[in-house]
Amino acid sequence: MALLEVSGVSKRFGGVHAVNGVSFRVEKGMIKALIGPNGAGKTTLFNLVTGYFSPDAGEIRFAGRPLQGAPPHRVAARGISRTFQHIRLFPGMSALENVMVGRHLRGRAGFLAGMLHVRSARREEARDRERAGELLDFMGIAALAGSEATSLSYGQQRAVELARALASDPEMVLLDEPAAGLNMRETADLARRIASIRERGVTVLLVEHDMSLVMGISDEVAVLSYGEKIADADPRSVQKDPQVVRVYLGDEEC
Amino acid sequence: MRLARYRPVALFLAAAVALELLAVHGGKGFLLTQLTMSAYYTLVVLGLSLLMGYAGQISLGHAAFFAIGGYASAALTTWDLSAWGGTGLVKALVAAGALAARRDAYGGPVLAFHPWLACACAVALALLVAWLVGIPVLKLTGHYLAMATLGVGTIILSVAVGTEALGAADGISGVPPFPLLFGAAVGGSAAERVVNYYVAFGLLALGLLLLSNLVDSRVGRALRAIHGAEDAAGAMGVDTGRLKLRTFVLSAGMAAVAGVFLTHFNGGIGPSEASIMKSVKYVSIVAVGGMGSLWGTLATSLVLNFLSLRGYFGSFDDAVFGGILILIMLFSPDGVLSPRLWRAARAAVLRPRPAEAPAAGDAPAAGDAPEDVR
Amino acid sequence: MFGELVAQYLVAGLTYGTIYAVVGMGFNIIYNATGIINFAQGEFVMLGGMTAVSLSTLLPLPIAIAGAVLATMAVGALIEMTFIRWLHRPSVLRMIIITIGISILVREAALLLWGQGVRALPYFTGNEVSSIALGGARVSPQVLWAVGACAAMVVAITAFFRFTMLGRQMRACSANRVAASLCGLPTRNLITLSFVLSAGMGALAGCVVSPITQTQYGMGTGLAIKGFTVAILGGLGNSLAALAAGLLLGVVESFSVSLLPTAYKDAVSIAVLLAVLFLRPSGIFGGRVAARP
Repeated sequence: MALLEVSGVSKRFGGVHAVNGVSFRVEKGMIKALIGPNGAGKTTLFNLVTGYFSPDAGEIRFAGRPLQGAPPHRVAARGISRTFQHIRLFPGMSALENVMVGRHLRGRAGFLAGMLHVRSARREEARDRERAGELLDFMGIAALAGSEATSLSYGQQRAVELARALASDPEMVLLDEPAAGLNMRETADLARRIASIRERGVTVLLVEHDMSLVMGISDEVAVLSYGEKIADADPRSVQKDPQVVRVYLGDEEC
Repeated sequence: MRLARYRPVALFLAAAVALELLAVHGGKGFLLTQLTMSAYYTLVVLGLSLLMGYAGQISLGHAAFFAIGGYASAALTTWDLSAWGGTGLVKALVAAGALAARRDAYGGPVLAFHPWLACACAVALALLVAWLVGIPVLKLTGHYLAMATLGVGTIILSVAVGTEALGAADGISGVPPFPLLFGAAVGGSAAERVVNYYVAFGLLALGLLLLSNLVDSRVGRALRAIHGAEDAAGAMGVDTGRLKLRTFVLSAGMAAVAGVFLTHFNGGIGPSEASIMKSVKYVSIVAVGGMGSLWGTLATSLVLNFLSLRGYFGSFDDAVFGGILILIMLFSPDGVLSPRLWRAARAAVLRPRPAEAPAAGDAPAAGDAPEDVR
Repeated sequence: MFGELVAQYLVAGLTYGTIYAVVGMGFNIIYNATGIINFAQGEFVMLGGMTAVSLSTLLPLPIAIAGAVLATMAVGALIEMTFIRWLHRPSVLRMIIITIGISILVREAALLLWGQGVRALPYFTGNEVSSIALGGARVSPQVLWAVGACAAMVVAITAFFRFTMLGRQMRACSANRVAASLCGLPTRNLITLSFVLSAGMGALAGCVVSPITQTQYGMGTGLAIKGFTVAILGGLGNSLAALAAGLLLGVVESFSVSLLPTAYKDAVSIAVLLAVLFLRPSGIFGGRVAARP
């Protein structure tokens, strides 16, 4: 059984079919990539899976249970975490605090516990702080824990976002163009980190433009064009698929 | 290290003691009355600051919750039940200690609800109203939220003004003192002015302590996350709707508590406490103090409320608050204590001094760099 | 007898309803141009009425009214140029608070200038007891003036936006401000114009209803809430729908008085606002969406 199963999902905005009858599966423990030209519907698909939109048709199942219609926080509670194409860090909070918000689902302390600063809340706080620190360390930015997150460089902000997404100990992370705006060295670092995220047992679904990143680390690649899936296979076969080549590289090959 | 957390609140209490000593020994003990009232209003403003500055939700009807607390407590403690003294229900209430007998200003006997019970009922009522109103209202954003809260405030106001049982335009007077421990009571007698001052500032310090704990907790971080990027907060599993509603109810509860105490302190309450202008004043104080700065809000609230209550603004009181509101929002939307404003001010003051540029080719010797040119 | 009473309520409702409609349209004009809800909208009505009352002691009534409308338009322009023009993409919260501050300042200035007294313009034709029989109800000629003037304004403003170059430019500006300015339209001036227009409409409405409803410095807030209700009912930005919604609200409010104490009259119309916000945030006539689920 696949961890994430998307079957026949459609979404239209006005008269435009942003996503049209798309189906794909993500097996547990794999790295799967969604690629396609701009406007192919990749981010819409992400927003459908994570509850920001609900599909007009089709079904989304996670770990065997239906997922569509659940609001974002419920989707997160099911074990799906995500990053955003346009970085969405919390302003006015340090990098560490940003990652600690990512621990929200793993905590229990409510208003009363927080106001009274009770022992269980203190313990939880200490544990979350430690875990958030580890994740910043994992991303190689432990030294920046106390800096205001939105004042960091672009690459560092991406790293904080990824740490924040991992903080809830998710079963699956959805990465929306994680390499956008990164230089070559940072992209190579990112590829290594994504691979080690998978080694921690986290399934990865990513949307990406950077072909070298996708082809290098993905187990499977699905290609979208104008809201429809045109290929779904291992990177090697996808690269050879004539339809993909036509869509992706333009018509000059024909 | 754990004690360090409580140092700001301890400092605040010490400052309150110093202020009291200064006022009493300076022969200005009468100022304590307005300081006490300012403290209660500040409690309202702190709750609103949590809602606006941390959860990022505006409320233009917060005076309504203050009024619900005050009016409910006033009505229950002045509602004379002696006419029904013979009925079983009233007898049972007396036996349970829920009612208190006293004499009114003319010496007539009055049998009414005990202030403690009235207080509990009043706060519970405010929480209930806030919860019922909050469920639909907090689904709105921006202008719609502002107008809806303004509307709720206006409804409560017109209920207060239009209901005979609540004294219509005159409000309710003759509210008895609120007995606390050791014979002290929240009330208007000059003899108890100092006690009342400490009750008010103690309550304020407690509120401050609880809120400053809260903003630095899991819930507080989630609230700041909602304010900063609501969609991303949802992706972190933060149930934004629920958290906003609870914050709204909490801040309404704080307003109601302040309303209860201030009503007993003043011995009455009138519809002006529910007015839109009151709500707008609360909002403007939060704006001046800085959204998301409890301490800035505390300081500006105490100062502005005190000046306003002492009548320093005269008949321009409303205009002063309106003007402050505009100036702050035009020039420093982060509040007067915003670091950005101070940096800008410092730069403006320091700019006239031209920086001395080192002459070309005149490389400074190592270790001789002019580090402190400030 | 009963029919007559109903007719009276209906007429009273329509009278108030036309003012609400005009205030609601004033909201729409500024909202369309700027995306701002101007919380000081009701103050324009008050300013128009008050200025006309003062001028009418010196000048003939028509000239006094024209002067009051022009003066209020100038205030509208001044407000936009002083407080709003130079802000760079202000947040919604900031604009709400600024326009509230403006409404307080205008109100307090009016209090200083005119005091707390209730004033009124004289009836345009006849006096407070003259009436015209109209299908069973006795209608003051002033009601006809008010309804007529408001209807004329609605028609004029609709025609302005639809048929004149300037009106089309303003629509272009509201549809896409950046594109409009790239096309060479003076978007900033168009925004000032939107404030001028909506101030002028409010002022004229304030004049024609002054004999019936009277004018006081503090009347603006209540009008603003009701005007906003109307704008929302009609779906923000839709002027003709706002007119229908205004009349509807006026009538509902007027009939509520027969069931509830007059003191609760405002509460009724606000309850309508809240109900609409919760149940049909896009307005009863469709349009933009207020709440995100």
